[in-house]
Amino acid sequence: MNEISETREAREARLQGLGCKRKRVEDIRFTQGKGSYVDDLKLPGMLFGDFHRSPYGHARVKSIDTSKAKAVPGVLAVLTAADLKPLKLDWMPTLAGDVQAVLAGDKVLFQGQEIAFVVATDRYIAADAADLIEVEYEELPALVDPFKAMAEGAPILREDIKDKTEGAHGKRKHPNHIFTWEIGDHETTDLAFRDAEVTIKELISYQRVHPCPLETCQSVASFDKIKGELTVWGTFQAPHVVRTVAAILSGIPEHKIHVIAPDIGGGFGNKVGVYPGYVCAIVASIVTGRPVKWVEDRIENLSATAFARDYHMTTEIAATKAGKVTGLRVHVLADHGAFDACADPSKWPAGFFNIVTGSYDFPTAHVTVDGVYTNKAPGGVAYRCSFRVTEAAYCIERAMDILAQKLGLDPAELRMRNFIRREQFPYHSALGWEYDSGDYHTAMQKALDTVGYQALRAEQRAKQEAFRRGETREVMGIGVSFFTEIVGAGPSKNCDILGIAMFDSAEIRIHPTGAVIARMGTKSQGQSHETTYAQIIASEIGIPADDVMVEEGNTDTAPYGLGTYGSRSTPTAAAATAMACRKIKAKAQMIAAHLLEVHHDDVEFDIDRFRVKGMPERFKTMKDIAWTAYNAPPPGLEPGLEAVSYYDPPNMTYPFGAYICVMDIDLDTGVAKVRRFYALDDCGTRINPMIIEGQVHGGLTEAFAIAMGQEIAYDEIGNVKGASFMDFFLPTAVETPKWETDFTVTPSPHHPIGAKGVGESPNVGGVPAFSNAVNDALAFLGATHIQMPHDAWRIWKAAEALGAQG
Amino acid sequence: MIPGPFAYHRPRSLAEAVALCAAHPDDGRPLAGGHSLVPMMKLRLATPDHLIDLGAVAELKGVRREGNGWVIGATTTQAALITDPNLAQAIPILRETAQQIADPQVRSCGTIGGNVANGDPGNDMPALMMCLDATFRLAGANGTREVKARDFYQGAYVTALEPGELLTAITIPHPPAGHGYAYEKLKRKIGDYATAAAAVMLTLAGGRITTCAISLTNVAPTPLLAADAAAATIGQKPEEATFAEAAHRAEAITEPTPDGRGPADYRTKMAGVMVRRALARAVARASA
Repeated sequence: MNEISETREAREARLQGLGCKRKRVEDIRFTQGKGSYVDDLKLPGMLFGDFHRSPYGHARVKSIDTSKAKAVPGVLAVLTAADLKPLKLDWMPTLAGDVQAVLAGDKVLFQGQEIAFVVATDRYIAADAADLIEVEYEELPALVDPFKAMAEGAPILREDIKDKTEGAHGKRKHPNHIFTWEIGDHETTDLAFRDAEVTIKELISYQRVHPCPLETCQSVASFDKIKGELTVWGTFQAPHVVRTVAAILSGIPEHKIHVIAPDIGGGFGNKVGVYPGYVCAIVASIVTGRPVKWVEDRIENLSATAFARDYHMTTEIAATKAGKVTGLRVHVLADHGAFDACADPSKWPAGFFNIVTGSYDFPTAHVTVDGVYTNKAPGGVAYRCSFRVTEAAYCIERAMDILAQKLGLDPAELRMRNFIRREQFPYHSALGWEYDSGDYHTAMQKALDTVGYQALRAEQRAKQEAFRRGETREVMGIGVSFFTEIVGAGPSKNCDILGIAMFDSAEIRIHPTGAVIARMGTKSQGQSHETTYAQIIASEIGIPADDVMVEEGNTDTAPYGLGTYGSRSTPTAAAATAMACRKIKAKAQMIAAHLLEVHHDDVEFDIDRFRVKGMPERFKTMKDIAWTAYNAPPPGLEPGLEAVSYYDPPNMTYPFGAYICVMDIDLDTGVAKVRRFYALDDCGTRINPMIIEGQVHGGLTEAFAIAMGQEIAYDEIGNVKGASFMDFFLPTAVETPKWETDFTVTPSPHHPIGAKGVGESPNVGGVPAFSNAVNDALAFLGATHIQMPHDAWRIWKAAEALGAQG
Repeated sequence: MIPGPFAYHRPRSLAEAVALCAAHPDDGRPLAGGHSLVPMMKLRLATPDHLIDLGAVAELKGVRREGNGWVIGATTTQAALITDPNLAQAIPILRETAQQIADPQVRSCGTIGGNVANGDPGNDMPALMMCLDATFRLAGANGTREVKARDFYQGAYVTALEPGELLTAITIPHPPAGHGYAYEKLKRKIGDYATAAAAVMLTLAGGRITTCAISLTNVAPTPLLAADAAAATIGQKPEEATFAEAAHRAEAITEPTPDGRGPADYRTKMAGVMVRRALARAVARASA
């Protein structure tokens, strides 16, 4: 290659840096079935664990008889709470400051709760033996309705803490109460409502759903008695945190614990926390001296590992008749299940729910959240969103539509009248956040223009007339949603998990030939970090992305980081990547100046090289510099070319977007069909537009599933209904609508490359768009708010309640 | 999701298969496509000690003309039904129904015999067999016998099959030329059982409906022959009022179980909607 004659464009293109639609390097192995997942791991002498689980939602455990299971040939051990107790491992801390039973002792608190762990030479024997465990129960009344949790005479669930009046987040006012979290200005908000010309109030519920990654949760633990070292392979979104927690729990020194997260088949928040299966596999490996694998099945995953949402939001808006919002008041009843195992930053028991003022300039707001225990699986994780941000976005976006309806205003117009204006950024919200940047009016207008919004409204009116004349049973809905996300947890001033500050990290090493190995503290579960981090490095230091290998997930080699969830990888580890590159670049500049025999102020960076200012033909490529860095560094400079950066972001980032959903509903069956879905996302600087598009497609598909059918429901005695793919709605390609994507670019002013993160935006913005479309379709019949999920029978029933079923 | 222990048998002939089934009347289960039985075994809802795999029994496969009807071997797959050109010509509703079962992968394994013999009210073929007035051939230790589809279903997973008996083939009378047909199925997603479904076969003459059979899927513990609904259409003009009356009568015989597909009243209404739509589509397809 002729490095002098090559055009700047060709050199730029060769790097495949920022903005390039670079193909995913991970797909080379994934599309050939050559990914390496936990369940692919086979170790000599490896054993398999399986749980015996509670069939009851709430029961006292009178006795556990494991003798028949232990007698099965091939069974090496059966663990119960009694075995874990002497090790002080029968309970474990949760990320939310609560404790969770690893194996149930006196009581079971949800259907599917772990009671005993069978360890056997193969999976089939373990499953057969788990079936032979005999547990005697005394059934207790189950508490499944969170609205009844704090009632007088409600069954007391957590006897272990029933006398504790002080919880991890303040006073507890009932044995089933976990916390009350309050933020905002009570008094000024009350005044705003007192003086309001118009108010609305609605209970907006976001049903319990499940992240449901294709790969379930699993781990392999291997304890080496000779070295005293523990290695755990697992589906961990945050491997370093798992290691720290494991060290604290087990007493094994942190450096003797090796946590490895190999390829992960989707996480979506489900793989952030620590589950009893991991702990039992570790204990079983220590007990047996052999590696132990635990792999949950789909029903276990859906019914026992972390769920999401279950937020019941009583929402009020005060406004003027002219459609200007003057106050927001929200009370949330949060169903956390049997243990508080939310994976929020420790000081934020309701996550970042205080983003609930959304994209609007609310002068005042007040939020209270009550967390309660019920006889359901623990969790409350951020399913493809930042902590409780989907709940908040759904709340405000639904409420804005309800307000528009009451005012007789178009929902898009109401939003336009209340958006935070471009010149108000950085914007301090009434609930305490500093929004970094945004241009909401431009994004909304682009969305409305692209879909031909006014023409759609005209078509809708015509269809409503035809319906009234009895000519059609089809109605049309237009769902508008404008969301603001808050991602990138986070600044250590705001966020920590169990005291661990939520920075993230990158370690970049340039080898003598100019090839690069880069390691980060995050962990991709499908987000394509191997592709996109390499692109940042390519643009920052001028080495082609193809010459960069990105590695994550091995706590022995990767620098400490808090993992991947809450769209935090781009705001934190990508920022660390850019900062580490800049350290390398500074040293490279010294070396280039030395090689070019000029002062370092006289050289400048140019795509893939340093050149002498004003003399573009005099340059040294990064490859030349790398070789020199190792083999002939300038006098006084130590050899090598590498850097580490730990990045504590100064602020969160605030991606936003405008989504519009056009839906046709057959009222005879209640079947809703998405005719068109337009998604405009502004995630700041776009690292890889193709991957952004893929992320948006995936997130919208999940949002579609949630809004239109997903639900983890319980019957009145605490049985999980429909925890399999027969009932839990996971759309196939046939059900999935076609997605149209678009964008604006408003860079983050505080992020080194201006990027904000995008993976979760489509879930956050998508759910209200679908739900608003359903509600909009039935609004002309008198509907104000119809609860999700909007599956066919519920839509049909809603229409029936409005008198539209004859 | 791991089945309990069982012995596996793979008979090579029909006689051997019948003998094995007869030898294990209570603790054996024949395995055809396995798409109902294997999931039940994984959930340990079915725990047969002997699994008798019919996959290697050639006599159980295939479609042939016999007298004034068609004989379909029990282990003929849904995919084979869909691609059989003669069946598509003679009994197109069979193809239309098979195409609405699950997805291509499942249809490549799932068989018509397994679908009708399991007695699962969610399966689509049982109601269709009632609509087509099919007959099932059953083989057991004491020889073979025939039972009409319309007499076969007794309750959820309870059929006229005696312990140890094997369903070997299905015979279907050749439908009249120019008949109209439709299988209308409402489901939540690909792979789901019907929220409600209706099969309709009819003929028209002189602007009136002359013959009609209607059956319903998954709105009762068994598939239902909606005889009263069909009777209401005979001699009537093929118009909305006729369809509405039939739908109304069909709704009256449903006893759906409330589940994730909807409450009972909704599923009853959907049975009516499916009947109306199936009648309208069948009429549009029939030669006047």
